[in-house]
Amino acid sequence: MMNVALAKAEPERALSDVFTVARDRLPGDGKVGEFRRQALESYERMGLPHRRIEDWKYTDLRVLMREVLPPAVEPDAAALKHGAAALKLHAIAGVRRLVLVDGVLAPKLSETANLEQGLRIRTLREVLEGADAALQAELLAPDISNPMVALNGAMMADGVIIDVADGASLSQPLHIVHIAGGARPAAMFTRSLLKLGSNASATLVESYIAGEGAKAYQVHDSLIVSIGDGARLDHVRLVEDSREAFNISSSLVTLGAKAHFNTFGLTSGPNVSRYQAVIAFAGEGSQVHANGVNLLNGRQHADSTLLLDHAVPNCQSREIFRSVVDDRGHSVFQGRIIVRPDAQKTDAKMMTRALLLSDEAEADNKPELEIFADDVTCGHGATTGALDESLLFYLRARGLSEKEAQALLIQAFVGEAIESIASDALRDLVISAARRWLGARG
Amino acid sequence: MPLLEVKNLQVRVDEREILHGLSLTVNKGEVHAIMGPNGSGKSTLSHVIAGKPGYEVTGGEILFEGEDLLEMSPDARAAKGVFLAFQYPVEIPGVATMTFLRTALNAQRKARGQSEFSTPDFLKKVREVAARLNIPQDMLRRGVNVGFSGGEKKRNEILQMALFEPSLCILDEMDSGLDIDALRIAADGVNALRSPDRAIVVITHYQRLLNYIVPDFVHVMSRGRVVKSGDKQLALDLEASGYAQFEDAA
Repeated sequence: MMNVALAKAEPERALSDVFTVARDRLPGDGKVGEFRRQALESYERMGLPHRRIEDWKYTDLRVLMREVLPPAVEPDAAALKHGAAALKLHAIAGVRRLVLVDGVLAPKLSETANLEQGLRIRTLREVLEGADAALQAELLAPDISNPMVALNGAMMADGVIIDVADGASLSQPLHIVHIAGGARPAAMFTRSLLKLGSNASATLVESYIAGEGAKAYQVHDSLIVSIGDGARLDHVRLVEDSREAFNISSSLVTLGAKAHFNTFGLTSGPNVSRYQAVIAFAGEGSQVHANGVNLLNGRQHADSTLLLDHAVPNCQSREIFRSVVDDRGHSVFQGRIIVRPDAQKTDAKMMTRALLLSDEAEADNKPELEIFADDVTCGHGATTGALDESLLFYLRARGLSEKEAQALLIQAFVGEAIESIASDALRDLVISAARRWLGARG
Repeated sequence: MPLLEVKNLQVRVDEREILHGLSLTVNKGEVHAIMGPNGSGKSTLSHVIAGKPGYEVTGGEILFEGEDLLEMSPDARAAKGVFLAFQYPVEIPGVATMTFLRTALNAQRKARGQSEFSTPDFLKKVREVAARLNIPQDMLRRGVNVGFSGGEKKRNEILQMALFEPSLCILDEMDSGLDIDALRIAADGVNALRSPDRAIVVITHYQRLLNYIVPDFVHVMSRGRVVKSGDKQLALDLEASGYAQFEDAA
């Protein structure tokens, strides 16, 4: 017992020391400083989440991550150089790049000038140190009862704050790139915010990648999104961190009335990842597509935990999730749908399928429907299986090698989750990321 | 050298012997028909030649152009020129027929050390073959065999055969589930592929198909062996007398 207590307490104590030291360097004081203190307290009360907490039962961070690393230092010239090189490999044509290296906005790699009409971009540091109390309040809104959200709130160092004015329709997608540039194992704490005014529309791509030499780092990120009435956001996350990295990310999304949110996430890179998204309907007549794909091998662990909160009537949500797991990989999908008493005429569907490529691969699926309204259409389904031998033989009899045949069937398997991505360019982006994973299988 | 030599082949499935010493020799330019009642081992023979897993070869050998076919993976056999038109072609949702055809053709070419087809050349070739087989373009955009009728699935098999240009074509019960018009289109497609450089083996239960694809040789299988071989007259005799005589002989 003694040992267990020590093992549990030590990293936390270290963290609070780190926080005490880092506090002066972290942006914001007054209300922000007070918030950080409360968030840290909240985190320390709980510590790293573990399997006895229902929401984390498949993703025990005390076992998988063990400790929170000290915060990354501001990137030096070498880190920025590695960052720039990594960026080239993952560059997307025609986007506006906003690049965070080691958790800090890198102005030289980012395009923050010559903004189109209706677009405003600031850094988290700027906003936390500035005087816009209302905006600060939005940044401090996420619920600190979730330990990893609390930790992120206590330690957030930088991020991107994006405003899209009412009626503005951005012609250029925004691309937030999180790059680990430093060779020293460290944790990056970032928080970003995107506000879409009413009848505005935007596309946001988020990439998580590693520079050369960056290995066992930790990403602690959060994204706060508000989508105004009649607005539309297309969102793609590509989590291609290094194979030794940890990525703990949270999204908090609120939709107004007649709004659209189309989000897709692909996780293929990190050693351990958890993506937790809370998507809340606050206005009637809105629609959400929340899809995702996990591509895992080796001993990778990836957890996607989504909460769709139908609080108002007449909204529609669709979730399609696919996981492909090889070797001793472990994929987790937890999908919770809450239909609150007022949310009549809710139409919510969730479908998750796992493809296991080895005997030791694992996929856990936990759907939870909490329905408090009576006039609703809700459904969920789940399947787990291996590749169909008869299909494999057919393809091989036509000349495809075993790996080629598998790759074609895997692409078909994940295809349904990718289909709903709105633009061809984004879909191609996801397909090339999936091909990178398939290619690396050999 | 014969194209295909099956010598004294013995095959088991789940501990049960299905083929008990089957021999067959096929030369380029020939069309062979293998007939026989249900359960005589016709489909097993075609599966073993194509390399389907689940069959245990306990004796004998299969030589393809003098090489040991049983040592090769199914994809290596395809690249060498072995093609099996499936009795029940599978449906592959999410894989567009065009993508599948191009991937397969280029995989075979790559294995043979040939350059891959360029997209325009490939498209031209597929369109030409598809038109000949009465296959509409929209079928090629759909998932492989997804929502295809029985006749369309069989035509899709023949389309592949025409595209891949194999030296050995084995047609497993090509006529099953086809009405007379579909059968005629499929048979015309096969006849167009008759060539001095290619052998065709037609496996069928019924003589009917052989009115459309006229064989040079007919073999009757019963209980895991070839019990009688002859020319096309043998098929007509069978139509009159049935398989029962061979059941006893075997």
